[in-house]
Amino acid sequence: MDSAALVEGIIRKHPGAQLREGSDTPAVKVSAEVLVSVLESLRDDPEFGFDMLFDHTAIDWMEQGRFELIYRLFSTEQGHSAMVAADVPRDNPVAPTVSGLWRSALGLEREVYDLLGVLYDGHPDLRRVFLEDDWKGHPLRKDYQDDYMLERP
Amino acid sequence: MAVKVKTLEELLKPPAEAASALSTQEYYVNMGPQHPISHGSLRFVVRLDGETAKEVMPVPGYVHRGIEKMCEHLSYRQMVHLSDRMDYFSALMGNWAVSKTVEHAAGIELNDRIEIIRTIMAELQRVQSHVLWWAVLGMDMGAATAFLYGFREREIIGEIFEETIGARLTMNYIQPGGVMYDIQPGFVAKVKKLISYLRPVIDEYDTLLSGNVILQERLRNVGVLDPKLALSMGCTGPVLRASGVPLDLRKVQPYGAYAKADFNVAVGSKGDSWDRYYVRVQEMRESLRIVEQLLDGIPEGPHMVMKPAVRIKVPEGMFYGQLETSRGILGLTLVSDGKGAGPIRAHFRSPNYNNLWVISALAPGWRVADTIAILSSLDLVIPEIDR
Amino acid sequence: MHESVVTTWMMTAGAWQAKTWAELASDALSQNIWLTVAYIAGGLIGSMTAVTILGLALIYAERKIAGHFQCRLGPMRVGPHGIFQTLADVVKLLMKEDIIPDRADKAMHLLAPFLAMGATMLVIAVIPYSPLLQLVDLNIGVLYVTAISGFGVMGILLGGWSSNNKWSLLGAMRSGAQIISYEVSATLALMVVVLFAGTLSLRGIVESQMDGWWIWRAHGVGIVAFIIYLIASTAEINRTPFDIPEGESELTGGFHTEYSGMRFSFFFLAEFLNMFVVGAMAATLFLGGWMPFHLGGWEGFNNVMGLIPPIVWFYGKVFFIIFVIMWFRWTFPRLRVDQLMRLEWKVLLPIGFVNLLAASVLVLTNLYFFPGN
Repeated sequence: MDSAALVEGIIRKHPGAQLREGSDTPAVKVSAEVLVSVLESLRDDPEFGFDMLFDHTAIDWMEQGRFELIYRLFSTEQGHSAMVAADVPRDNPVAPTVSGLWRSALGLEREVYDLLGVLYDGHPDLRRVFLEDDWKGHPLRKDYQDDYMLERP
Repeated sequence: MAVKVKTLEELLKPPAEAASALSTQEYYVNMGPQHPISHGSLRFVVRLDGETAKEVMPVPGYVHRGIEKMCEHLSYRQMVHLSDRMDYFSALMGNWAVSKTVEHAAGIELNDRIEIIRTIMAELQRVQSHVLWWAVLGMDMGAATAFLYGFREREIIGEIFEETIGARLTMNYIQPGGVMYDIQPGFVAKVKKLISYLRPVIDEYDTLLSGNVILQERLRNVGVLDPKLALSMGCTGPVLRASGVPLDLRKVQPYGAYAKADFNVAVGSKGDSWDRYYVRVQEMRESLRIVEQLLDGIPEGPHMVMKPAVRIKVPEGMFYGQLETSRGILGLTLVSDGKGAGPIRAHFRSPNYNNLWVISALAPGWRVADTIAILSSLDLVIPEIDR
Repeated sequence: MHESVVTTWMMTAGAWQAKTWAELASDALSQNIWLTVAYIAGGLIGSMTAVTILGLALIYAERKIAGHFQCRLGPMRVGPHGIFQTLADVVKLLMKEDIIPDRADKAMHLLAPFLAMGATMLVIAVIPYSPLLQLVDLNIGVLYVTAISGFGVMGILLGGWSSNNKWSLLGAMRSGAQIISYEVSATLALMVVVLFAGTLSLRGIVESQMDGWWIWRAHGVGIVAFIIYLIASTAEINRTPFDIPEGESELTGGFHTEYSGMRFSFFFLAEFLNMFVVGAMAATLFLGGWMPFHLGGWEGFNNVMGLIPPIVWFYGKVFFIIFVIMWFRWTFPRLRVDQLMRLEWKVLLPIGFVNLLAASVLVLTNLYFFPGN
């Protein structure tokens, strides 16, 4: 399916979804509440057949006070890929886990928690992955500071 | 806080009290970060019952350098240098992934010469990487001779790189807008000689290790990765293809000059360690085929379409590029605000990071030695996991 | 009986009647007690020196052989072709700090390497190197060798257990299981030759091979026993493909993980001397010990072969076996624990039993080649 048709198809099936502007790949934006149900139907709907959660990360939009969660999906059968984005507020970054849908989310969500501090509700094993368990703060946040950081011009 | 965050310490349950003097007790051991299997610095917490592994918990992070954070402070050209330091066995493909994404974001058009040189170099690197993996697998299985045989070929391929690129490990060769240096005059002849040397050598690998009954006993039916599970775990590269899913970006979404070459995607049938082993051996042969086909058709032209000093302007937005490295699909998400010299967020989709978690799904129930075999067949490169 | 000129010479010269070192010492007792003491001291010092030199030579040989197997040269820097490299390493190991883990069982930790080493040293005493050179000839030689070399597992078990390290313990337990299992097959294979020779004395076994080596003479049973012995004893001395107690990539060194310096080198030396013992036993029992290689009816050839001194024959055969064992090591990957046990209990042991039965039938019916007079 080509990208325009893909986005159209997703929006047609899920009225809550809208086009996510500014991405070079087909991308939709949904609210965090319906994220799991949208992703589940994208996985199970034979029209889309996204059998892989390819990548998951988050972007810290500090000025706008939100984290944008990015889910990249890929379908090995149909060879198309899509991106689903969802926002969570920066002051209470709790998102639903999708680890029940794809097992790769188990690791990817831990990474996002570790580096950006997004908390995944329902994740069975939410731990830091790279940093020590007693590390303070989440380094990929734009306002992260620690004593050893170099001053950037 | 509503969401409970755990620590590793909480997960390590104290062993149950022995019911009688003769009953066995489970115990935890640390494999790594200083352990011959860790191939760098990867730690596994393994719960053992005698010789049988009950639980394998990977604990990465010992070489975490914050590459994604660093990228936020660097320009697009400087990012290439960090990509070398992730998967250092396929450094060129890391370079290429960054360059490809940046070129796509900035709308830079390349000529055929650049694409073909990149493809040849990347395929040679794939052979080199697989040769090294083969050597290390031999070592992990206890065949020390295989280790040195593999390193012998790695050096020979390394010399080809050294002549054109000037580096052996961290290449910094593929740059946004071209390649750093043009190929040397004798390059084509030398690579042809290399191919005619490597073909029998790969057959020799088969006689030395693949055909060995002990190795086959150790690998066959060990750690069978179901294709459904492999897809769900986000596996890519030879690990996924060994399970029978022919996902190879070189075929599915041809980039570089792969569309010009005729090659097969090596696919396994069962998904056991042996399939993962043999898929890689086959890939070495296929890579040589690709290089051979492309060698004669290198057109004339410049090796750079833009001067290295030119600052790359990327419009505002979010860009994604991916390609097939030796270990799977490496993707790069770039978020640009359209003003700075570099991205405001860069995220690497690491093949090894996803392949890593397979071990905790496959290893339980197998012996300690099988854990090693499965790990070895996954071909993990730790700096790319940790980034 | 086929007798060449040279063996006849040896018999007339009284070589057959040559006394072992122990006999010389006991004979001296009637004359002068100090002479006996001197014999014993000489024997001890001589065997210590021999063992040390042998160990150094074997380690050097392994490194060179490994080097050439792996398309490299091996040690080349210290001395011509690196022959002093092992000596330099010994000096280094002796100078190194001897680290004992904090919570280790100190006494056991210190004792273990000597146990491993001592068992091997005791075996070396009964091996007939040449008609003129043997320290002790026990009438139960084969039994003694199997019993004492089995004792070496104590050193490994203690070393692994006392180190207070989980990897060491795992390695030691693997080693214990492995050595005890393969001991059975190795002994069964040796029993075949004992049946044919009709004696347990190692000297007697060598002399029984005057007419031909047991590996050929025993109508196929001998060669099966030889192969079983070679496999089982490779496993017994923990060499690749059966080196799972060390299992470097799995157990980071197995039972000797926590050993350093001289104590580590004792384990190391014991492994190499064990290899020598295996080679010597295989040569003595199956390949005719110090007997030269003879072909029936080729008198000229036999005379030339007979000119080579017996000690050269013995060491030649031993080093051939050792080379084969090293060849295994630098070619094969490592087995897994359960595969190792399966190979012993389901393959080698049944074959060994059937082979022993067949051998007894052959002996009873005198069906083997040149059945004595």
